[in-house]
Amino acid sequence: MKKVLSFLALCFVLLSSFVLRSTADGYKVGDKATDFKLKNIDGKMVSLADNKAAKGYIVVFTCNTCPFAKAYESRIIDLNTKYAPLGYPVVAINPNDPAVAPGDSYAAMQSKKYAFPYLQDESQQVAKTYGATRTPHLFVLTRQGTDFVVSYIGAIDDNSEDAKLAKTKYVENAMTEILAGKPATTKETKAIGCGIKWKRA
Amino acid sequence: MRLMKPLALVGSLLCSAPTFAQNVAVIKFPELQKRLARPTDTTYVVNFWATWCGPCVKEMPNFEQLRMANAGQKVKVLLVSLDYASQLDKKVKPFVKQRGLKSKVLLLNEPDPNEWIDKVDPKWSGALPFTLIFNNQTKRRSTFERELSATELQTALKNIQ
Repeated sequence: MKKVLSFLALCFVLLSSFVLRSTADGYKVGDKATDFKLKNIDGKMVSLADNKAAKGYIVVFTCNTCPFAKAYESRIIDLNTKYAPLGYPVVAINPNDPAVAPGDSYAAMQSKKYAFPYLQDESQQVAKTYGATRTPHLFVLTRQGTDFVVSYIGAIDDNSEDAKLAKTKYVENAMTEILAGKPATTKETKAIGCGIKWKRA
Repeated sequence: MRLMKPLALVGSLLCSAPTFAQNVAVIKFPELQKRLARPTDTTYVVNFWATWCGPCVKEMPNFEQLRMANAGQKVKVLLVSLDYASQLDKKVKPFVKQRGLKSKVLLLNEPDPNEWIDKVDPKWSGALPFTLIFNNQTKRRSTFERELSATELQTALKNIQ
């Protein structure tokens, strides 16, 4: 019994260190992204594997409540308008705990009418696996066979306050190269955003 | 009884103190970098925040409390607002005044965070709130990309001092 217990304890330690590690680091460009199954605002479950025609995805962790997410909302819609026909539709994921941010409840999410999925990451596990820390936080995935490989991580552009004043459109620059089959020159960028509202321990 | 009058005067001055709000300087990144690089034995507690950031606003009293608890010590609290410069008069100044913030408040006016976040600290992904505690003389440093309680903040400071 003692042996079983210590074995279980060891398993737990190994497992939790793995979970903690992936939480702290998240994905880097070049990593394989694990698929997920999350509930869309229409009640249907959505996975990356569902859309067989997709050459990739623009995965955006975003929400209803963060002023930066709101500032970028129309730009996220524009990304889908531009890149969905080219094989890279947007998938928006809301990782916030509604207990901390009531405006991000599933019901509140349903007020949005996007042409792309808006998924609830209820367990926050997808955000943790990807290494998302803020909203908005964007990940471009490219299909390689049955896998999806992370090709760009970070910001949409260099001016959150006014899209018209943006000088460098980070994600569009990356997409131009990715669509041409090349790796993005600027593959990781940082932006200010609202910290994800993690569940209180 | 005679003491009451001056006491009342001091009291009313204290109560009205928030109306004498500090001036919030708008700075560019090189100016902030200069402040972060000062080779002094003072321990700096630098909090990056914004008036629109709920957790930042919530933890703000903890920084004021930390400043008061360490008055006379070589500790300096710096509150760096990442509100847009266009919101200085509309949001930031009224907030500083209403809260009666005594810690130094600066507004960092730089549109592209990708240019400077790594220079503040490579461990910072850009989420708010973010707190940096460092002492350039002892070269001790710690970072927190989350909200901190008063106790956590005090402990974090003790670990650097």
